[in-house]
Amino acid sequence: MTTLVDTKKLTMVQAVTDGMRVMMKEHENVIVLGEDVGQNGGVFRATDGLVAEFGEKRVIDTPLAESGIIGTSIGLAMNGFKPIAEMQFLGFIYPAFNQIMTHASRIRARTLGHFTVPMVIRAPFGAGVRAPEIHSDSVEALFTGMPGMKVVVPSNPYDAKGMLVSAIEDPDPVLFLEPMRCYRSTKMDVPEGKYNVPLGKAARLQEGSDVTIFAYGAMIEVVMKAAKTAEEKGIKCDVIDLRSLYPLDREMIAESVQKTGRAVIVHEAPGTGGLGETIMSLINDTSFLYMKAPIERVTGFDTPVPMFALEDHYLPSADRVVQAIEKVTQF
Amino acid sequence: MEKLFPKMQIINENGEWNDETYRGEITEELTKELYTKMLRSRLFDRKGVNLQRQGRIGTYVPFEGQEASQIGSAMVMGEGDWMFPTYRDHAATMTFGHSLKTLFLYWKGRQEGCIPPEGKNIFPPAVPIASQLLHATGAAWAEKLKGTDRASIVYFGDGATSEGDFHEGLNFASVFNAPVVFFNQNNGFAISVPIEKQMKSKTIAQKAVAYEMEGVRLDGNDVFAVYFHTRTAVERARKGEGPTLIEAVTWRYGAHTTADDPSKYRNQEESVNRRETTDPILRLERFMKNENMWDEKWALDLQESLTLEIEAAVKEMEEAQAPHYNDVFDHVFAENPWPIESQKEAYAHSRGDR
Repeated sequence: MTTLVDTKKLTMVQAVTDGMRVMMKEHENVIVLGEDVGQNGGVFRATDGLVAEFGEKRVIDTPLAESGIIGTSIGLAMNGFKPIAEMQFLGFIYPAFNQIMTHASRIRARTLGHFTVPMVIRAPFGAGVRAPEIHSDSVEALFTGMPGMKVVVPSNPYDAKGMLVSAIEDPDPVLFLEPMRCYRSTKMDVPEGKYNVPLGKAARLQEGSDVTIFAYGAMIEVVMKAAKTAEEKGIKCDVIDLRSLYPLDREMIAESVQKTGRAVIVHEAPGTGGLGETIMSLINDTSFLYMKAPIERVTGFDTPVPMFALEDHYLPSADRVVQAIEKVTQF
Repeated sequence: MEKLFPKMQIINENGEWNDETYRGEITEELTKELYTKMLRSRLFDRKGVNLQRQGRIGTYVPFEGQEASQIGSAMVMGEGDWMFPTYRDHAATMTFGHSLKTLFLYWKGRQEGCIPPEGKNIFPPAVPIASQLLHATGAAWAEKLKGTDRASIVYFGDGATSEGDFHEGLNFASVFNAPVVFFNQNNGFAISVPIEKQMKSKTIAQKAVAYEMEGVRLDGNDVFAVYFHTRTAVERARKGEGPTLIEAVTWRYGAHTTADDPSKYRNQEESVNRRETTDPILRLERFMKNENMWDEKWALDLQESLTLEIEAAVKEMEEAQAPHYNDVFDHVFAENPWPIESQKEAYAHSRGDR
């Protein structure tokens, strides 16, 4: 017997809105706060319509102060609310870093679980949309290296809604990163109502036996294109959308490279200190003897994200990914 | 500005009436309670310094001289209210409900020292300066959204007013009319930096003006001034009349921490002089003598019973079972993710525990 679930064609940004709406309907204590999230519906319209539906007490235009948004959200979260705090761009999160690093991420540990901060920090991120300076930063590794934070990145509308629901239900702080390039790039059937995509789990987007490609967020589109080109050259790629950057899905990562013996890791964040290094160490720990070639990484450079006239040089391209795939298969 | 924000005082340094508004409420019972709590915290503080000197606890942060500010303000907070202290505010937190044992455990480097008694909303001491003003605002805002009449009080020093989070805290509280009392203890020094180098403003209370908020400046060594003016601020908060910034002008006699040497940056003669003149406990003693509330035997008995209580807490602290290393791992998330679980297992294995 099949259960019919109503679906709607949504973009990722619409799916994010829908995820918040569903959870706000279900839980009185879920509130949204940030800059321009009320009347304006967010600069990307991610909170469009929420203030009309839930009122100004639950959808709150805050003063323009990121530390203030996160700091007050911490107080709200440990006093019974579930704040969804929007950082207008991940590149604007730096003033709030102290609040996240010294409080949100460690209150539970400091108090052996007496106080907790169940909150979600949403932030659009990444380059490739011709945004002004600082707006394109991809600094997820600042937070994956921060004990006490979960960091997740959906790459499509279905995951965006299901993962946001899971993030809102999570008892700990979750940084929910939204790749701007994916906000309106595709529409997808998204179920109405509530459903979960679990945190901590990667997704296999394409089955292949020769090379594993690891990527997330906006890089998924790039690696899918590269995998197609590789296939035309007779190389079959196992494409893994990591989705959860902390914790990583150890089982799927290990299982895939133990099958293929080759790995290419792709992210737009700088190579040094990036997730690629963590994944390499994970492969080292779990699958060293299975590897047939050194692992390749295609990443952003150890440079600031350039202004947009140069951003296409900075961002990993399908060509660079194909070259890396060929390198590991020809080793 | 000093005229706009005069230093409110109810009794002067000689324990004489300066403002008789609250005369009817200043009973012997209240006076003795305040005296008891101030003496208790001072004896605790001296014990803390001694324990550090003997190597029985870690670095300790003394507050001696600031007892009136902390106790007068903490006394007016009620059931279900929230308190956000810094690392120098254990006189306030013990008054609001922390056990002495827990406070000693904190200074012994124990996580348990961050946990308040059940039903007491006391946040662990904020170490990053001024960050806690936002938590207090958020927690108070939550109470407002829930429709209760509970309030927050948050402690911070003069140096904290230079931090961005001080201004963000006041602004958010003002914009959202959060029931919070910002209780500043201006002891004149941020570690070594005197207030003249910290700000050009003549008062801290005046900073409230920028946020369309009540600002109150008071003699932080006059426990009655602290008690009644903070009570007014808390009552206003409960009635939905908004936050208040209180500047309690006080002085710390000793070092910033037991790792600090104040003679490097100020003449400690000043502290010696102040013990004879503006000391909050001596002032209350003078007042009690003036008002025929003083009883030498009562005071001696009190000292003795408080000393016994503190010694018992030291004993409890020292007899507390050593913490298990599992506590390093098991409270970062509700459930350990695999990296933490595997690190925990590897550590246990390295010790031969499994």
